[in-house]
Formats: sequence, C-alpha cells, structure tokens
Amino acid sequence: MTAERLIDVDGVEKVFTVRRKAGRLRRVRHEVRAVDGITFQVPRGEMVAYIGPNGAGKSTTVKMLTGILVPSGGRLRIAGIDPARERTRLARRIGVVFGQRTTLWWDLPLKDSYELVRRMYRVPDAVYRAHFARCAELLDLGPLLDVPVRQLSLGQRMRGDIAAALLHDPEILYLDEPTIGLDVISKAKVREFLREVNAERGTTVLLTTHDLTDIEQLCRRVMVIDHGRLVYDGGLDGLRAAGDGERTLVVDLERELPPIEGVPGARTVKVEGPRQWLAFPAGRSAAPLVAAIAERYPLVDLSVREPDIEEVIAKLYAGDGGRPDRTATAADTP
Amino acid sequence: MASGTAGAERMRHPGRTGRAAAVAHGLRAYGLIVRMWIRSTLAYRTSFVMMAVGDLAATGLDFVAILLMFSQIDALGGFSLPEVAFLYGTSSLSLGLADLLLGSIERIGRRVRDGTLDTLLLRPVPVFAQVAADRFALRRLGRVSQAVLVLGWSLTELEVDWTAGRVLLVPLMALCGTAIFGAVFTAGAAFQFWAQDAAEVQNSFTYGGNALLQYPPTVFAKDLVRGVTFVIPLAFVNWLPALRLLGHPDPLGLPGWVDFLGPAVAALMCAGAGLAWRYGLRAYRSTGS
Amino acid sequence: MWYRAVAAGSFRRYATYRTATVAGVFTNTVFGFIVAYTYIALWTERPHLGGYGRPEALTFVWTAQALLAASALLYGGGIDELQERIRSGDIAVDLCRPADLQLWWLAADLGRAAFQLIGRGVVPLAVGALCFPLALPGDALTWLTFLFSVALGVVVGFALRYLVALASFWLLDGSGLALISGLACMFFSGMVLPLRAFPGALAEVAQLLPWAAILQVPVDVLIGTRTGGSLLRGLAFQAAWGVALLALGRLVQAAATRKVVVQGG
Repeated sequence: MTAERLIDVDGVEKVFTVRRKAGRLRRVRHEVRAVDGITFQVPRGEMVAYIGPNGAGKSTTVKMLTGILVPSGGRLRIAGIDPARERTRLARRIGVVFGQRTTLWWDLPLKDSYELVRRMYRVPDAVYRAHFARCAELLDLGPLLDVPVRQLSLGQRMRGDIAAALLHDPEILYLDEPTIGLDVISKAKVREFLREVNAERGTTVLLTTHDLTDIEQLCRRVMVIDHGRLVYDGGLDGLRAAGDGERTLVVDLERELPPIEGVPGARTVKVEGPRQWLAFPAGRSAAPLVAAIAERYPLVDLSVREPDIEEVIAKLYAGDGGRPDRTATAADTP
Repeated sequence: MASGTAGAERMRHPGRTGRAAAVAHGLRAYGLIVRMWIRSTLAYRTSFVMMAVGDLAATGLDFVAILLMFSQIDALGGFSLPEVAFLYGTSSLSLGLADLLLGSIERIGRRVRDGTLDTLLLRPVPVFAQVAADRFALRRLGRVSQAVLVLGWSLTELEVDWTAGRVLLVPLMALCGTAIFGAVFTAGAAFQFWAQDAAEVQNSFTYGGNALLQYPPTVFAKDLVRGVTFVIPLAFVNWLPALRLLGHPDPLGLPGWVDFLGPAVAALMCAGAGLAWRYGLRAYRSTGS
Repeated sequence: MWYRAVAAGSFRRYATYRTATVAGVFTNTVFGFIVAYTYIALWTERPHLGGYGRPEALTFVWTAQALLAASALLYGGGIDELQERIRSGDIAVDLCRPADLQLWWLAADLGRAAFQLIGRGVVPLAVGALCFPLALPGDALTWLTFLFSVALGVVVGFALRYLVALASFWLLDGSGLALISGLACMFFSGMVLPLRAFPGALAEVAQLLPWAAILQVPVDVLIGTRTGGSLLRGLAFQAAWGVALLALGRLVQAAATRKVVVQGG
C-alpha cells in the first residue's frame, strides 16, 4: 500500500467500564475491551468491507473513526486529522450513514433536511446543485422531497440518508449496515449508486454489513473483526482460503459410476447418477484434479464451485478469533 | 448563552478559530436550524395557533391561582396584587424566553438513550447549538406573551417613580433572568449525560424556581430564600432587583449593592453551565452511554 | 382474570422507570414546599378560608403532590399511547381482540396508578408530614376510605381521558382537545387552589363537576372534612361520575368500532 493512507488506524483500543449488578444493591465494575488494539490503513479511493458478528466492535470502531467516541489507546488519523480532537473539522470531510437510524431531521420534509445540510456544511452552490441533481436522479428522490422523513419507507429513507451524507462531497463515506431491512430492488439501487460514487468521485468507502452480497458486489477488500480484534484483512478470495474453506469440483460423467477414487488431494463427497462432487482445499488449483480424472474416467462436463463465503465467515467467527496469531493477511491484497 | 456554551465546546479545537468566531459559528448554526423549524411550524398555522394559545392558557393558570387568592385577600406577604404580578411577569418572561430559546435541550437524555446524539456528533456544528435548536417550539411564545401581558398590566398599576434607571432595570432583569434560567436548563441537561431518565429533576429548578419567584420572598422560610440566593442563585432573576424597585426591605437584610449583582451572577452561572455541558459531553464521548 | 395480569404488567412496567420515579418524587417535593409556603401566607391572611384551617390547607398541598402522578393531575396517565394507536390505525387489531378495549386500558391505568401512588406518593406526603403540621388521620379506617376514594378518582380521571383519546377516531388532530381537557382537569380538580377556596358560586359549581372527584373529594376524606353522611355522599358522587363517564365511553367506543368496521379505520 503505497498510496496515501487516508484512514490510518494504529493499535486503537476502546475499553468500557461496565457496572454489573451483583446481588440486590452491589454493583461490580469490570472492563470490556470492545476494540482491542486494531491496526489497518485504507488508501484513497478504496471500498472496504468491515464485517464481524454483532458485538464484535464494528460500531465502536466506526464511532472512533468519526470522532463520536474517543479511543482509550492507540493512534488514529483520518486524512491527517485526529477525530477525537477535531471532530467538527473532520465532519466536513466525511459522510456517515447509519442503517438503523437516520441522520435526517425526523419531522422535516426531506428537502428541508438537505437545505440544512447544505448550509451547515457550507457547500458552495454550484457543487451542491451538481451533487444534488446527480443524487436525486440516481437515487430517484424527486417524488420524496416534500415528504417528512418520518413518513418515508425504510428504503426511501435510506436513499435519502445516503444522499444527505454525500451532498458535501466527502472524501470518505462510512456506511453502517446501509442495506439492512431493504427490499431487493432498493438494495440493488443502493449498491449501484455506491459503485458509481466510488468510481466517479473516487470516494473512499468503509462499509459494515451483514449482507454478504454487499461485499461480493462492492468490495475487493474485507476486514473481519471479532472480539475486538482484526482476524482477517485481505481480498475476498483470500478470505475463502483463510476460512479453511473447500472448493468443490462437480463432474458429469458419461454414465453412473462408483465414487471416483485415487485423485490425490480430493475426496468424493456426493454421487447423484452420473454427477459427482469432489471437495478439495481452497488454496489449490483445480487443473491437476481435472487432468487426473479425465485420464481415468469418461468426463463429459465439469464446473468448480467456490466455497460459500457465508460459511467461511461463520467458520472464521467460530474459530478462536481472539488469538492474535490468527490474523490472516492474504498475499493478494489489492 | 446558547453561543457561550456552544463556543466552549468548540474551543477544544486548538488554535484555529478565536472564541468569537466559534461563538458566531454556533449561533449561525442555531439560527439555521431554528429558522427551518419555524418554517415547518408555520406550515400548519391552525395547529400552531392552537398550541400557542394552549400554552398561554396552561401557563396562565398560575396567574389565575394568584387572582383567585387575591379575590379573598388584599395583600400576600405584604405585597399587593400589582406587585405580585410584577414578580410573576418578570419571572415568567425570563423562564419563557429561556425555554423558548433552549428548552429543547431537556431532550438530551432521550437522545443519549436512543442513540440519536451520535448523529449530532457527526455534523460540523456544535452539539449544543443543534440540541438547543432542535424541535424549536414557537408555541412557547404562549408563555412569553402571557408573561408580557401580566408584566405590562403590573407596570401600569404599580406606584413607582419611573426614573430612567428604573425603566432600564426591567429589560435588564428579563435579560439576566433569561440567562440564569438558561444556565439552569443547560446544567440540568448536562446532568442527563449521567442520569438519562432524570429530565424531571431540572423541572424542579426551572418550573419550580419560576413558581417560587412568582410569589414574594417574604412568603417563604428564610432558609429557602437563602438557598435560592446563595446555592442556586435564582433570587437574582427578579427578587432582589424587584425588592429595590418596589421599595420592599430584603428579608435577608443583605447589603444594597447585592441587588445589582444580577449580570455578574448570570455570567458566572452561564460559564459554570457551559463547563458542566462540556464535561458531560466529554464523558459521553469516552463512555458512549 | 386477564385484567389482573394487564394491571400487574402495567404496574411492573412503570416500576422499571426507577430514575424517572426518583426524579419525579424530587420535583413533587420541591413543588410541595413552594406551594405550602404560599398557602401558609394565604391562610394567614384568611385563617378559615374554604372551611380549612392551616393544617388542613397544608395537607391539601402535600396530598395533591402525592396524587399528582397517580391521578394524572397535570399530565400523563398513559393514554397518549392509546391515542397514538388510534392515529396509526393499530387500534383495529386491538378491537379484534376478545378482551374489551375499555376494560383493558382501565386495568392498565389502575396498575399504573397503583405504582405511582406508592412510588411517587408516599415520599412527598411523608416529607410534608415531617416538615409541616398536617391534619392526617390517626385511624386506619379513614386511610382505607381515602384509598378507596383515590381509586374512584383514578377511575373518573381515566374515563375522562379515555373519552378524549377516543375523539381521535373523528378528529384529525386530537392534541387540542387533550390540551383543553388537561387544563380543565388542572383547574377544576383543585390543583390550582382547593375548590372550597374558590370565590362564591364558582366554588359551588366546581364541586359538582367530574374533576372534583379526582382530587377534592379524596383530600376531604383524608382531612376529615367529610364524615358520616357527607362522606357517603362524596363517595357516591365519585361513583356516579365514574359510572356515567365509563358508560358514555362505551357508547363512543361502540360508535368508533362501527366506524372502523365500516370504513376500515
């Protein structure tokens, strides 16, 4: 990563002191390490997925990156700015969308919210007009502008929120679950729009999500956090390998035959008529397997199935993600 | 005082803007949001008028209580009806203005609880200005206009020799009183960073303080009067200057110059409330709850 | 006995708002002090105003503060929620339930009142009794009668609020009516000044209105102003208003149900 480190996170920690009830009146203080020393950089223009199970520390990280929360330790710079100290200066350079709650003014019509954003961020008229027209067109906002935000459907509100976060042309866009609860069409629309923004404006995007389609369609780089630690940082393909996933070779033979045997590194997992499934490690190439099979069996057709990313991530969470030596950094980081 | 504390919060940004610029920035944002709310309020004019009249009537009931009392008596604690009306008018006007300008900050506890405070922290504008302006309720003009009516009536009825100084004293009282109540609102809101459900505690000092100041200090126990003079100095809203204006002796027998400390007390309280707010917000940003 | 469960659930729900309860108790107590001193001043000028002596007047102040939350004298009462359900149309679901709507909300309101009577009432009254000479009864029977009278008052208050909430079926914006009803309650319950201390005919009229059943009658029972026949008349007055207003509520509810069934909300 030689490009400018737009987001530079170095050993950042967040420790909360929680008081828990112990008995009727007594309360015991104890520490929760919500974010336990994470380090990563994001260069300008990249789209990164930041994923992890609920309570892993995703939101806490985003809150520290945006200056809402002050880290308990480590060093944090966003475009050279320390978010904790210069929150309002940073605010002009970032856009944030929380899927679960709106940043719009609940009781005001959508266009009033935009007007407020324009003036709060002091967006120059020309910039605003161009952006607004573009957002309104791509996100189909025209008919919604006079509707109070509280009356919008979830999908409409999300589109409205994303536009609001982009009106001041931020360098970085944080999206916390931007497609949660949306229908298929709205999801597609939002993804399409994010791709466009990233391509056209070079906006850096950090996305937390539970929807793996978001990741597959938008991000080449994935960071996985679990128990407050980064357990994976790399490409989507590397993630498959890191999760001990297996690829599957599906072969169609001329006729029904007993399970294929004697192919090194692969084992037959399923037979259904002339079709057979062979599992092999994700890190390996399928070519020698195909050659070995074709040599001894009447091969008609074949296909390779990648490990299901959802399964891979589930395995990653289930594994002891808390151990630092598990932090896998794939070689093929984009 | 919206600007004072808002500015204080912004002062953490080292060496970029002077205090004056920070204050102007906060005020500007406050104005922006308030204007937007007024516009949206006036879009439903009938509803607004109804709510404002309702506010006027609801707050007017306090004065109806006083009128009912004076239907049975001629003086309360040695004060005539116009004199009590003067106390009532000055206190209600101060509270009404403070409530109008920044009463919305009492919602801060709810905002902490439901997480919407976070969205305010994302904007390039002091949180204080945003919270104070949010849901700006123009209907609170109901209390203000009701107070002005009572105050106006009392001024025509009072037997005071109106010198220029005495005439000036009245708006000065309203100004200092607004600042003092504003500081109480702010301090109460800051307290909610720690106790999110305790919105009602500040009511004791704002609405409760107002209920207290509407009556002559001679009515109350000395310790109570001492408390609102030295501990939470609400007495500077109207009691002390009004005693001088109306020519009543001070029940605590304080030296005369104390009556003129209103502006200093107001400034001190605003500074204190600003610090409390800043401290509360900082605590929130380090604990997230 | 589903309504017992509803009432108990409501009681527990309000019991979870601990900080709010403490804050409310604090505010009630502060206001108690302020009003108490103004009444002392008033009764110093007019020692037997409304037939009360100073201890009776002070008891009125502190009892009013103690009942403020339970009897929803200024605001509250948990009916906002019903109004919101009517406005959003969720009420259609409620009307389809086998449980009767009015009884459901009455049970919930009684549960709420029971908690607030204990949580918000006991401390202010105790503080008042410690700091001022109050005219509190020494016998358990009077206290029990007082509690019964408070319960009747809560029912009357509920019946009134229920009517106001049902108006949302026909009114686009029910907040105006709610406001007027709240003001009437504040003024005619005796919260502003004991109804007996109102001047002339206003005192007579005010004591015939339903709001008198919410605060004035229970306090008179506690103070001992009402005994014997007067006590029975007072309780009958409360019960009559309660029955009449609940019955009216049922009529309106039936009309509202027809409206929902016919027009779909």
